[in-house]
Amino acid sequence: MRAAGVTGTRGVTLVERPFLTMLNLRVDPASEAAGRIGGTLGVPLPGECGRTAASGDRTVLWLGPDEWLVVSEGPAADAELTAALDGGPGSVVDVSANRTTLELSGPAARQVLEKGCPLDLHPRAFGPGRAVSTTVGPVAVLLWQVDDTPTYRLLPRSSFADYLARWLIDAMSEYRGPEVP
Amino acid sequence: MLLISCPWCGPRDETEYHYGGQAHVPYPETPADLTDEQWAEYVFYRDNPRGPFAERWMHSIGCRRWFNVLRDTATHEVLASYRLDEPRPGGNR
Repeated sequence: MRAAGVTGTRGVTLVERPFLTMLNLRVDPASEAAGRIGGTLGVPLPGECGRTAASGDRTVLWLGPDEWLVVSEGPAADAELTAALDGGPGSVVDVSANRTTLELSGPAARQVLEKGCPLDLHPRAFGPGRAVSTTVGPVAVLLWQVDDTPTYRLLPRSSFADYLARWLIDAMSEYRGPEVP
Repeated sequence: MLLISCPWCGPRDETEYHYGGQAHVPYPETPADLTDEQWAEYVFYRDNPRGPFAERWMHSIGCRRWFNVLRDTATHEVLASYRLDEPRPGGNR
């Protein structure tokens, strides 16, 4: 992956950020338990497709109308959130082993993704702090834009990660040479 | 390629979805009382109209929710998409 990195104005790099902690959270967003969980997280649960909410080193990504993924660098906070759920309908499950995280960054990162992602990733439609479930190439990923570089985090299921990394390395290779007019 | 609007995620390519057959097929109220013929009707027999057709789809690569789509089977035009707890737009057939 490191060897496939490209520098310069058409630069793009790919690294893995392994072992992020991920919690799958399911709760009715209109319930009191959702409010308590929002209080514990320090930020309300995002209510719309593509939205994320960050609090400290934790980020809450929208997965569905009653489903979120809480991503963090630190230890899993599932006990804390289970306590906030307080036996109400819903679940908090540590799914850290479900996905891994690939980070694609650089001025050409969007062009690389656009080779295989059906979504509009132009800044008018997508930007930092947005995360959506979609496909890149044939692989289903959670695609999360972190900053304006642009830097994207791709969260594929672990068993698809090797293939996705190879797919991205192949897509990155053309940026090593000059732009073909 | 169809462009289908998920009620929660907005317009996405057909490849993100799975098809679930005809919508609004009610489960029999007293399944034990049905004859084999009536049960076969419920399990296997579906409408095959030319024109607007209500069908179930699931956004399997997005929010993983089931919803209904009203699609014209002759032109493939997606006329509407709506949640399972909403009535079919324009009434039933």
